[in-house]
Amino acid sequence: MDEKDLELLRILEENSRLSADEIAIMTNLPTAEVENRVHALEAAQVIKRYSTVINWELAGNGEVSAIIELKVSPERDYGYDRIAERLSRFRQVKTLRLMTGTYDLQLVVTGKNMQEVSRFVSEHVAPMDRIRETATHIIMKSYKENGHALFEQQESERLPYSF
Amino acid sequence: MRNFISERAKEIPPSGIRKFFDLALTMDNVISLGVGEPDFRTPWNICESSIYSIEQGTTSYTSNKGLQSLRDALSRYLGQHYNLPYTSNDEIIITSGVSEGLDIAIRSIVDPGDEVAIAQPSYVSYAPCVTLSGGKPVPVRCTEKDHFKLNPETLLESITPKTKALIINFPNNPTGAVMNASDLKAIADIVIDKDILLISDEVYAELTYEGSHVAAATVSDLWERTITLNGFSKAYAMTGWRIGYLCAPKELCDAALKIHQYIMLCAPVMGQVGALEALRSAEEDKNNMVNEYRLRRNMIVAGLNRIGLPCHVPDGAFYAFPSVKKTGLSDVEFAERLLKEQKVAVVPGSVFGVGGEDHLRCAYAVSRKDLSEALNRMEIFINGL
Repeated sequence: MDEKDLELLRILEENSRLSADEIAIMTNLPTAEVENRVHALEAAQVIKRYSTVINWELAGNGEVSAIIELKVSPERDYGYDRIAERLSRFRQVKTLRLMTGTYDLQLVVTGKNMQEVSRFVSEHVAPMDRIRETATHIIMKSYKENGHALFEQQESERLPYSF
Repeated sequence: MRNFISERAKEIPPSGIRKFFDLALTMDNVISLGVGEPDFRTPWNICESSIYSIEQGTTSYTSNKGLQSLRDALSRYLGQHYNLPYTSNDEIIITSGVSEGLDIAIRSIVDPGDEVAIAQPSYVSYAPCVTLSGGKPVPVRCTEKDHFKLNPETLLESITPKTKALIINFPNNPTGAVMNASDLKAIADIVIDKDILLISDEVYAELTYEGSHVAAATVSDLWERTITLNGFSKAYAMTGWRIGYLCAPKELCDAALKIHQYIMLCAPVMGQVGALEALRSAEEDKNNMVNEYRLRRNMIVAGLNRIGLPCHVPDGAFYAFPSVKKTGLSDVEFAERLLKEQKVAVVPGSVFGVGGEDHLRCAYAVSRKDLSEALNRMEIFINGL
């Protein structure tokens, strides 16, 4: 991993739909080198996948997301890993992190509606062994996702010409 | 009624792009590569600190020189980044943009009849400011052959016994040219030998893409005879805040301060608070913007060369300066027809003085999407010629 790889990652994180040719022009690298580097980053799992930041509220599908905090008793030899991996297999769990602070695992869970999310938590998450406590916070509105603002920003007035 | 307009005001030519400006304002869907300012918003931490200071009632005059805290921070910053040893108490004045710094620098050194050499193509206000001081601007041509650096021989030819000062601006608006240490050394030898003063406008210093910026005052013995001008507009996307600074050895600084205190009193305090925050916490924002400009620079240079407008690689600022000579159109004709036919605004190079003719200033301080679209439209235009 060198400075050029980091540059490619920054570019792709912002817009993964750019072609190798376009990236080659921007970075002054040969197209083949861009392709090789990106392939290597994919192979090394540094690039996990290419996804899209979607404003679901505008898409109007009515999905509900929640942040769920879990207090967990760690397992001898495995710590939090086994239970975290188990939880992460659920389709509904979009994000899962181990945290410092008053709780241990943080999940972001998505469902069609509030009932689905609460059913998922009460039927699948809460009864699991080693989970001592859950706290579910429904997300009311998202203002920024992965560095992208989701609210309307006023265009600033720019002159057509200035020196 | 008498004609009240002063001879000096009459002497200043009208803006070279007025008609373009008026035309562009009547059109929709124009992509403008004609803007000399960042397209980014000011980083929020800067805005936030300024808003907070207003809420706290920080709305009064500051010292003429500017906030002590800002000058202290600047003094450290200039020392660390550019090896410039300006002291915060005697050698830095916070100005209302570099524009004001330029004005008071020129007024504090130019007497009627003095000649001031100006490396051109250049920012449009240098010559008029010299004229307003009763001086005579003497353009020094920088050429494409030299990648628009200032050529020492050309400079030497422009110097007469009346020459009082030289104004340079690297990284350059409009050409993007940069002078490295050895380029500056050759100029320094002449400036010192001819005993003239140097005004170095370094407002694009942070936007240097290859190597690091060399401050003119650090070269040879230039320090004692250099006025360094800089500001926050370009590096931190703060054009509307109007905060610049003038740095010079005490004697020169004192003279400029006398003018500053009568014409401006002080730079706006909310802007100064924002500038202080920029120095404290916006380094990463600045670096991110510079990185983005570098990517766009590579895009526009490759694009212009591809569509038949030869363009050297600019090492600084955010302007590409391609030649339109091969198209058979003058820069003004090209810019006018491009605006009318393809709705892309660029600035004809001749507006920036000698050496600018047959070139266009294309600012790449626009989104990559707009940049691509502008290049597409320019290609269609050229293919239709």
